[in-house]
Formats: sequence, structure tokens, C-alpha cells
Amino acid sequence: MLPEVGHFALILALVLAALQTFFGIAGPALGRERWQAAVAPAVFAQFVMVTIALVRLGAAFVRHDFSVEYVAQNSNAALPVMYRVAAIWGAHEGSLLLWSWILAAWTLAVALRSRSLPAHFAARVLGVLGVVSLGFYLFTLATSNPFLRLSPAPPDGRDLNPLLQDPALVAHPPMLYAGYVGFAVAFAFACAAMLEGKLDAAWARWTRPWTTIAWAFLSIGIALGSWWAYYELGWGGYWFWDPVENASFMPWLVGTALIHSLAVTEKRGLFKSWTLLLAILAFSLSLLGTFLVRSGVLVSVHSFAADPTRGLFILAFLIVMIGGSLALYAWRAPLLKSNAGFEFTSRESFLLFNNILLVVATATVFAGTMAPLISDALGLGTLSVGPQYFNPTFLLPVLPLLALVPVGIHSSWKKGRVGDKRGMLLTTLALGAVIALALMLGAYGGAMLLTPIGLGLGAWIMLSSLADPVDRWRRKLSQTPAIVGMALAHFGLGLFVLSISVVESYTLERDVALGVGDRAQLGRFEYRFDSIEPAQGPNWEGVRAKLTVTRDGEPNGVLYPEKRNYWVQRSVMTEAGIDMQPTRDVFAALGEDLGAGRWSVRAQVRPLINYVWFAAFLMALGGVIAATDRRYRTAREATATRATNEPTPTGGLPAPGAARIATGET
Amino acid sequence: MTPRQRRVVLVVGILAGVSVAGALALRAFQENVMFFFDPSQVAGGEAPVDERFRLGGMVKPGTVERQPGSLDMRFVVTDFKRDVEVVYHGVVPDLFRENQGVVAHGRLGDNGVFTADEILAKHDENYMAPEVARAIKDKHGGVMPVDPKPPLTPKTVLPTP
Repeated sequence: MLPEVGHFALILALVLAALQTFFGIAGPALGRERWQAAVAPAVFAQFVMVTIALVRLGAAFVRHDFSVEYVAQNSNAALPVMYRVAAIWGAHEGSLLLWSWILAAWTLAVALRSRSLPAHFAARVLGVLGVVSLGFYLFTLATSNPFLRLSPAPPDGRDLNPLLQDPALVAHPPMLYAGYVGFAVAFAFACAAMLEGKLDAAWARWTRPWTTIAWAFLSIGIALGSWWAYYELGWGGYWFWDPVENASFMPWLVGTALIHSLAVTEKRGLFKSWTLLLAILAFSLSLLGTFLVRSGVLVSVHSFAADPTRGLFILAFLIVMIGGSLALYAWRAPLLKSNAGFEFTSRESFLLFNNILLVVATATVFAGTMAPLISDALGLGTLSVGPQYFNPTFLLPVLPLLALVPVGIHSSWKKGRVGDKRGMLLTTLALGAVIALALMLGAYGGAMLLTPIGLGLGAWIMLSSLADPVDRWRRKLSQTPAIVGMALAHFGLGLFVLSISVVESYTLERDVALGVGDRAQLGRFEYRFDSIEPAQGPNWEGVRAKLTVTRDGEPNGVLYPEKRNYWVQRSVMTEAGIDMQPTRDVFAALGEDLGAGRWSVRAQVRPLINYVWFAAFLMALGGVIAATDRRYRTAREATATRATNEPTPTGGLPAPGAARIATGET
Repeated sequence: MTPRQRRVVLVVGILAGVSVAGALALRAFQENVMFFFDPSQVAGGEAPVDERFRLGGMVKPGTVERQPGSLDMRFVVTDFKRDVEVVYHGVVPDLFRENQGVVAHGRLGDNGVFTADEILAKHDENYMAPEVARAIKDKHGGVMPVDPKPPLTPKTVLPTP
């Protein structure tokens, strides 16, 4: 009975999402306040229902209920409990349920935090989110129901894909989805603003923290996925420009542009229709990512089963959502004109360049990701696009973008007064160049043309992003979360650029055949193959090798790479042996038994690789800190007070003191 | 400059930048795209010589040869009509096996032997790259001549008590 409870709860959630959509959109349109008031209760009830569904599915996994087809497909009696829980989102049906649950959670969060928004506006936001929920519930129930039963029930399940039996799997998909789905909130705010026909600074201030938090989740999700691929796929790479990776990277790039464009809309009331377009685009790309991964049109390491009806459904949903929102945009955006000028070297210009370059970068990724699909659909031959395309074309817009970061973050609104900061910018640039030279000459030796550029730019961005907080600290001024968050995120970007330049320039790799006692040289590192022994885990057996690594004759690390054979799925997995140290990772993966007592071994030394993921974490942390800035809260409270005092707030920038006075009154 | 002129300059500059980027991207695209060929096309002389491409098919049973203890190997890729010999030096993926789908990146030599620099076989025992599956089916009236593994549809593969 219990899985049926989950199934039934999911159907109720669908009905509630339909009510939420209807009341949320029709209520404000027809001016029915009682309809409007019904939206939030529908949101709460929907969240409860989808939570019941998720918990029921989890319970089926934990209790080994193999009569549920999805559990039988993705679990096994020998599977440890942590992976049984993570197996909820280990395949298609369950990940959709997780998607829906996260969307319901975001919607609930909006409903809880929106009590201070004008009621008709909040209702519209929740109504638009209801449309998205509705689409996903329909999709899940019609094509991908995780609660279907098998009769008779098999005695044991087929086990979770061994590739997914990893601690990172527990966190990677939820984080990624939280980011994807979070852009639905920005999308809903944009659609609601277009339905209202009004977009002011207060709108931007409501939208900003939601967008930034979603972006932070997506950053962490992508970084976790990259880290997982690095140690779990056994290839030693961390980014493959795989279509599914690109599908998560494109919304991130547009989301980054959106965060910056929202800043202009908030502070200066400019870029209004552009901001709306970016909000639509970011969510559309999230949906497109779901389509690419879930429909099976792209086959990659990450995607699950292919099913044409699913693809067709998502495609139709995609067309309705993107087409609908773009039609709304074409109809309403001309109402939202902004009239203000800015100078060529003002912060507005730099953010404009930021936006253009990020969108161009997205376009190059998009072109490379879609080209195989389009070529195939038009019968032009089956082709594939790899790093040889992506690396140079992506850097083309991104290098100028990075060079503009240090200048841009120190420019002023409206007036171009970069000159005031010239001294600081030149000092940090010189310091950056010194750091780049020191790294090249002192630590790593000669390199390619791009190496000094990447190192110098990275160091320059890191140093100059600290200038503001350091300056305030020296002058004993208070540090606001907005300033700290921005500094931290840009510092993270600089660290990311610097570490990725080092990794790309100085990675050593070699495939070798080694027997016990054999040695292989890799630059200044030497790998010695000590032993290979049988090993066993809860649901696998295999071999474990021991390799000792020395650097210039000094002991540097011991590696235990494994080759695992998972019984149930009869699949062989490579578990890389990695020794992590602050300055470098030493990596070894076992290939196969070559005969004559030798094994193929992939040996790699990657300097600073862990800083790549750490930098992504810093960026996300910076975003979260910035999103907690007081002015978002006070702005909300101020608007709430105003909204009760005067039914139609006039919009525009409230006077700086207004917020404080308003909060003082309450 | 008047604000209007400045705006024109800005727009022209952006357009110029975007078109230069577009042109360079297109060039990179043309130079770096890899096309897919199946063994029949390669054996029929349709594939380019000395240009990297993707070769896909099944690893023909009994053809994987390896010098014991060495990373050098050779095997035959087939679509059950024509065969292509492949040589490779390096680590092969976990699921590289006889009678399994495989995609190899590399170049075709004058002698008709394909030198692979990268071998892909995905982490799923039932996996076959869609272009490989299609290439093989096309040659045999739309069906697979052999069924290497049962499909991943649930009812057929689950054991019944």
C-alpha cells in the first residue's frame, strides 16, 4: 500500500499545482482577492504532498521493497543504506521527483518570504511557478512514474549503477537541481513583472537574492560533478565539455550575467528588458538542460535511459514555457522603458560588457553542444564536437571578460571615474605579474603562451578584489555582506583562473605498463608498483594495487587504486588512487591485466587541482553572503510598510533613509 | 561626441567584436569537428585519409590481440559487413570487450589500418553509441544481427521467483 500512498500524494500535488496556477494567475488578473488568498495554502499543501511522495519512495528503497519497479531497477539487498537513499535520484523517474520536490521547496520558500510583497504580485509569482510544477508533475505521472509495481516481485534488485555509488552522488544532483530549479524563481519574478507591466528597483531588490542563491547552488553542483568525474570516472580529467556538463554550464553563464544585470537594474533602473530576457534565458537553458539529459537525444556518461515519448513531452513543455514567456516578453517589455544615460567608463558600461561577453560565451558553448543534434536532424552526417573546438572559442570572449573584471569592480556608477583607482589597479597588476613570473620560473618552469596570461590575470583579479575590503578595514569602516560577498566571489574567480591555468599548463600524464617492482618516471616524480592484492566490498570484489610515489627520490605519497567488479550489474569500475596535498594531486588508475604480470596504469600529477573546486566553493559562498545583505530585508520591510500605507506603491528608488524609518515604525 | 554618436560607436564596436568572435568560432568549428564513419564506409574508401575522425562499430570476437605486458594492441571493428583493423597504444576503458560497441578516435593510414589515439566505451554494459547502433542496423534491414545484451527494459531482465 505504501508506494500507492506516494503515488496518490503525487496526483494530489498535481491537482494542487493546477489550483495554484489558476488562482495565482486568474486572481490578480480578474481582481479577485479571495482567489489570490488561496494561492499560498495551495503551495503549502502541494509541498506536503510531494514531500510525502518523496519520503514514500525513500522508504521503499530503505525497506528493500523490490515490488516497486524503480527500486528493483536501482537497488539491491547488498547496497549500503546511504546509497539506497541516494538511489532515489539515481535514475530518471526519481530524479524527476526530486526536481519536483526542490521546485516545491523553492515555491514554499517564496510563499513564506513573500508576505511582504504586494499580494497581487506574490500571487502572480506563485502562479507562474505553479505552471512549471504542473508541467513536471504531468511529465512524471504520464511518462515516468516511480511508484509502478512489479508482479510478481523479484527477490532482489538489479543494484544501483556502480558509477553512482559514491558519496558525491548524494550531494551532486540535489545541488545541481537546486540551482536549475532556483532559476525558476527568477523566471517567475520576471513573468510576474511582465504581467504587471511594471518593473522598478524594488522588483530587482526582491529578485536579486533569489537569483544569487540559485546561482550559488548551481556553482556548487557543477563543481561537485566535476570533482566526482575526476576521481570516479578513472580518466583523471575534470571537465570534458560533455553535452551534459555543458547543459549545466550554460544556465550558470547566463545566470552569472543575470546577477550582474540585476545589479544595474536595482541601482540605476537600467537594462530592464535585458534583465527580463536573461531571466527567461537562464531558466530556458535549465529546462533545455533537463531536456538534453532526460530525453536521451544526447548520450553521455551522465544521462540515463533514452525514451522518445519522454523527449517529446519535454520538448513540448519547453516550447510552451519558452515560447510563452518570449511572447509575453514581446508584448510587455516595450512598456518597461528606462531613460538614463551613462558614461563609457562607468560601472554600467563594464557590466554591459560583462553581459555581452558572457552571453557570447554561452552562445559558443550552445553552438558546440547543439551542432551534432542539428547536423544529425538535417541529415548532414554524424559529427562530434570536442575540446579542440570548445577550448579556443570559449576563451575568446572569456579572456577579455577576465581582463575587465579588476577595472570593472572598481568603477563607479554613472560617471566614469576609473582614474581615481588607477594607482591601486596598476599596483595589483604589477603584483599579479610578479606572482605569475614567480610561479613560472620558481615553481613550475617554462610553459605555453596562455600560461603567463592566465596566471597574471588570475592573480590580478584576486588581489584587486581584496582592495575594497582591505581599504575599508584600514579606514575602520564597517564591512557589509554585499561588499564582503562580492570581494569573496571575485577572489574565488581569480583563484579559479589561476589554478586552472596551472593545471592546464603543468599537468603530467602518462599511460604505462607496470609489473610488481617496476618503476615509471613522470617528470620529477617516480611511480613504483609495489603490489597488487585481492580486495572486497559489500557488493563488489576486485583488486587493489599499491604504488609508492617519490619526488626527486624523496617519498611523496602512496596510492591504492582499485579495480572493482560489481556482482549484480556485472560491471567493472575503476577507483582511482589519489594522494591529495595542498600543492598537487598524485593520481593513478588501474587499467587492465596486460598479461606477463603487468597492468596498464594511468599516472598523472596535477598541481593545484583542488583549488579549482575550492575556488568554485568560494564563489558560491560569496554569493550566499552577498544575498544576506541587510538592504534586501529592509527593502522588503519598507515596501511592506509602504504597501499598507498606500495601496499603489509608486516604485523607483526609495530614499536611503526610508527603509530605516519604516523599520523604526514597525 | 553627442550621446547619440557615442551609442552608435558602442553598438558598432559590439557588433564588430561579436562578428569577429563569430568568424573565429566558425573557423575553430570547421577545423575541429570530427565526423563519424562506420567500417563499411571506411572500407569503401569514403573516410578521409590523414584526418581525425570517429570510427564506430562492434569489437569483432577473437580479434583482440595484445603483446603480453605491453600497452600496444590491435583489434578489428566490424558492422557485420565490412571490417577495419585498429591499432592502439594505451589504457582501454573498463567496458572495452569483444562483441561490445566501441567508438575510436584517430586517423586512417594509407594501409587501411586505423590508428586510434582515444577509445571510448561507456560505463554501461548495455550501452551502445546511438550512431554505432544505427550504422549496424542500417546494414541489416533495421535489426541488430546479434543481440549482445538484453535491453534495459525492466520486465524482461528481472528474475522472477
